[in-house]
Formats: sequence, structure tokens, C-alpha cells
Amino acid sequence: MRALVWHGKEDIRCDTVTDPEIEQPRDAIVKVTSCAICGSDLHLFHNFIPAMLPGDVMGHEMMGEVVEVGPEARGKLKKGDRVVVPFTIICGECDQCKRGNFSVCQTTNRKKYLADKVFGHATAGLFGYTHLTGGYPGGQAEYLRVPFADATHIKVPDGIPDEKVLFLGDIFPTGWQAAVQCDIQPTDTVAIWGCGPVGQMAIRSAVLLGAKQVIAIDHLPERLEMAEAGGAITINFDEESVVERLNELTGGEGPEKCIDAVGMEAHVSPSMPDTVYDRAKQMLGAESDRPHILREMIYVCRPAGVISIPGVYGGLVDKIPMGQVMNKGLTIRTGQTHVNRWTDDLLRRIEEGQIDPSFVITHTVSLDEGPEMYKVFRDKQDSCIKVVLKP
Amino acid sequence: MAYYISNIARSKGDPKVLHAGPSSLGAADRMAKALGWFSIGLGIAELVAAERITRALGMEGKEALVRAYGVRELGHGIVSLSPDKHLGLWSRVAGDGLDIATLMTAMRHDNPKRDNVGIALAAVLGVTLLDIIGAQGVTARHSRPRGRPRSYRDRTGFPQGVQAARGAARDFQVPPDMRAAPTLAAVSDRAPQERARPH
Repeated sequence: MRALVWHGKEDIRCDTVTDPEIEQPRDAIVKVTSCAICGSDLHLFHNFIPAMLPGDVMGHEMMGEVVEVGPEARGKLKKGDRVVVPFTIICGECDQCKRGNFSVCQTTNRKKYLADKVFGHATAGLFGYTHLTGGYPGGQAEYLRVPFADATHIKVPDGIPDEKVLFLGDIFPTGWQAAVQCDIQPTDTVAIWGCGPVGQMAIRSAVLLGAKQVIAIDHLPERLEMAEAGGAITINFDEESVVERLNELTGGEGPEKCIDAVGMEAHVSPSMPDTVYDRAKQMLGAESDRPHILREMIYVCRPAGVISIPGVYGGLVDKIPMGQVMNKGLTIRTGQTHVNRWTDDLLRRIEEGQIDPSFVITHTVSLDEGPEMYKVFRDKQDSCIKVVLKP
Repeated sequence: MAYYISNIARSKGDPKVLHAGPSSLGAADRMAKALGWFSIGLGIAELVAAERITRALGMEGKEALVRAYGVRELGHGIVSLSPDKHLGLWSRVAGDGLDIATLMTAMRHDNPKRDNVGIALAAVLGVTLLDIIGAQGVTARHSRPRGRPRSYRDRTGFPQGVQAARGAARDFQVPPDMRAAPTLAAVSDRAPQERARPH
């Protein structure tokens, strides 16, 4: 089969690889009908997150049709079922899964020994996201083996186009959880840094959950325009001070809820000297992440507010003002998304027409064009916001 | 070919590469990579063999300068190998200018190693040309083209419109483990006198 394979830093290729095979009784094989490039794939593209190996198949946002089912998954899945595959692999049986903390499933990381050393305790296995989370091959491919498939799936009805439900596997529940963990009140201002795909979903989620005002921060005109279309007030950080404008929009109090949909690769600009400092340290390997957004959110957030972090961080950050966090009594909530905790509700909202997540797709191409699209997406060329691949 | 070795880390049913396809790295990216590694090699050479270099060029006494240039080369190399490779290559071009200026000071008639300096100058000029081609190549490949971006003004994501969407999910019950601190979620909704009442 064909698959997008990581060969090294900025080196993705559409390779011919062997077909995946059922290994465990709970496995299933899915014929991928649609998959997407996620913003967090770019951290792997840049090799900023450790433990990728040449030959790893990329991709953690995919859906398709079940074509083979292991004996122990047969009660829940059958050939021909149409499924979205969540990026977190879950057993559904461990203590964390029972609590709904699916992204920290205790069972599915098959390289637990490695994750235990790095994280202290292992988290769930993830598709196509380094050997720290199991080294599972991803779904930017024609076929995907889904481990623990009896639990790791979201069944979707026929008749809804792939584009409307594909993002149930990652960015939609990720943006949703980012907003939910803010516990949005009708009096709240929610500020969202980053208008990439997750930021766009977080904006829509905050609007649906009834925030008084939603403010979106970015500097790319097309992304700001899409944010505005979704009901957000926008701030272009190239043109105005984020802190001043946020205070102005909140009567000098600051936003109650702040969402970081940027993560470890904040934009670098001489007008923001800390970003240049972070970039230099990152290049020298003295810091893995560029946490400018965290610093700005902590500074501007209203005391006793919530900082929600769906953006991916990889390791060590520097110069985080814990004094501000402590003295302002901020609550920080973060984590990989507990995808299956939200998907029944979100699928219902799609079916009822409350939201149509396909609005974010700007490019649909074949798998062969995937390597070039990584570059286009990374360089923000051709007004690219979200790429869907058709294997 | 490194993927053959890394297959050790894969299980039996995992896909393994049979035939590699075209890379996302373009010719300019590969050139940047090569020049980045060249910078690192040259930087190390300047750091560890500064005496030999100054002797070969008749520039005895300038060892500290050569070592400083070695550190500079390492910097060029690191940046050229990073995603910000255009900065690395343009910094190499600037560094080439500095190298040329320094070598020109050694082109004195009384320098017995003048011929070596001439060879070094020719080499630097050649590399400068490659650096300029590489820098222009990666800048062109990775820049956002100027002009109006596409318009996404109609991409609301809400089939029933933004106004209908505002608060449409207020029926959602935030799970107890994701409730915010009561200072915002509960207390702020109460009347001021109730807030002030001692518990």
C-alpha cells in the first residue's frame, strides 16, 4: 500500500510499504477513505518531538471502512462499518478509561518502558506520534491497523460526507475540550491564541458554549478572516499589542478564559524578543519549546481565570512566570484530548446542523501530493489552513 | 536506508518501507542541508586547527580570530540545518563577506603565502556563489507569495448562522472534573452581599 512516511527532519515521502496485519485479537484493519494533516504533525515534520524513527507512518486524523476484524473486536465492529478513528488508542477498561481520561489510558502504550522513563508514567498509545506513545503506524495511508479496535473507534452513519465527520478524530474534540475545560460562563470573555485548525474549532466551541465574547489572535489575514466568520473578534498581533487590545476589550480586567491553540512553535518575531531568545535556545537544543503564548496568556489572564492548553508541548520550556500563575490564582488545564468522551455529543451536534466542521478544509489532495502539502501547510502558502488527503 | 535499521522497533504487523517515494525536501532544501553540514565541518576545523590555518595563510597571530570565525560557522550551520534555513544561508552569505574581507588583508605583497591566500579567496568566492543560489532558492521555495490571500469570509462553520449558534450548546453539562475554580463559576453569579457573607 501507499503511505506518508517520515524519513527525517522535513523529509516526508509517499512510500510503498507492506500492508498492516492483524496482530492481536482486538485489532481491526480499516481502509482509509479520508485523512488529514494536523498542525501537530508539523512538530514531527520539524523533528521537535523526540523518538520518531525513519520509516514511521504519519497521521493521526483518519476515517474509513472496516475491512478486517480480529476475533475479540467482532462484537463491536463488523466488516463494512464506517468509522472515524480517534487519535488516542484506548482500551476502555482501565481505571483512567473508566474515568473518561482516555488520553492517559494505562494499557495501550506498547512502549510503556520508554514513556515511563520520559514522562514519569506512560500515557495512551497514539497513532503516528513517536515511539514515546507506542510507535503505532499512522493513518496517512491506504490501510490502518487499529489496535484495541473494539473501543478505539467512533461509528458514523452512512449519508454524512467524510468531510463533516473526519475531524471527530482529533481537531473538533480537541477544540471542544479546550473550551469545555474553561467551564465557560455567559459572562466570560474567551481569548484564543492561534487561528489554525484547532483554534478555529475552539472558537466555534466557545461560541456554541455561550461565551459573552470570543477573541481570536493570529497574524495571517486568511485565518483571522475565518475566525471572524465564526463569530470571533480578531486581533492581528503584527498590527497591535495583544495585551493592550485584550484589556481594552475586557474593560481593563483581562479575559477570564485563555486558550493556547499554538503550542510549542510560537511565531518568532524581533518585535517579541522572547520569541527570538526561545528560537535560539531551541536551535541549540537548550529548550525544546517556544512558550511565548503561555507567557502572554499568564500575563493577561484575569486573576482566578483559566488557562486551557490544547496546543502541543514537547518537553522543556523556559522563563514561565510561575509567580504570576501563583499570585493570580490561575487554573491551568491541559492534556491530549479524551476524544471518545466527547464524540457522541459532537456527532449529534453535527447531525442536528449546529456545526459543520468541514468549513476548515482549504485543500483536498491525493496521498501522493501529501509530501508537498506538508511544505505548503507549514509555510502557510496558498492560504492553506487544513489539508485533507484522499488515499 | 535508515528505515531498515529502525524496523527493529516495529512489530510484525506494522507497515515497513518497500520502496521510497519522492521527498518533501526540494533541491534548495538539500543544498541548504549540505551547506549547513559544510559550515559545521569548517567551524570545527577552524576551532581545532586554527594554528595550521593561520600558518598556511601567512596570518600568524590571528588564531583567536580564526577560532571566533569557527564559532560563527557553527552558528551558520545550526541555523542552516533548522527550519529557518533561509536565515542560516543568508547569514552564511554575510559571513562569506567577512571571510573575503579578512583574506584580502592577507593579500599583501610581503606575505610569502600569498598564493595560498589566493586559492582560499577563490574557494570562498565559489562557496559564496553557492550560498547565494541556495539562499535565494530556499527563500523562494518557502516564502508566502505576496498578494491577496483567499477569502474565507463565508466559512462560518454554522449552517444556521452565527447568531443561532451563540449559546446553542448551553445544554451541555460540563463534567465535574472540568469545572473552573468557584471564584469564577459560582461566586461571581451570586449577589455581592451573599459573596461577603462569612461561611
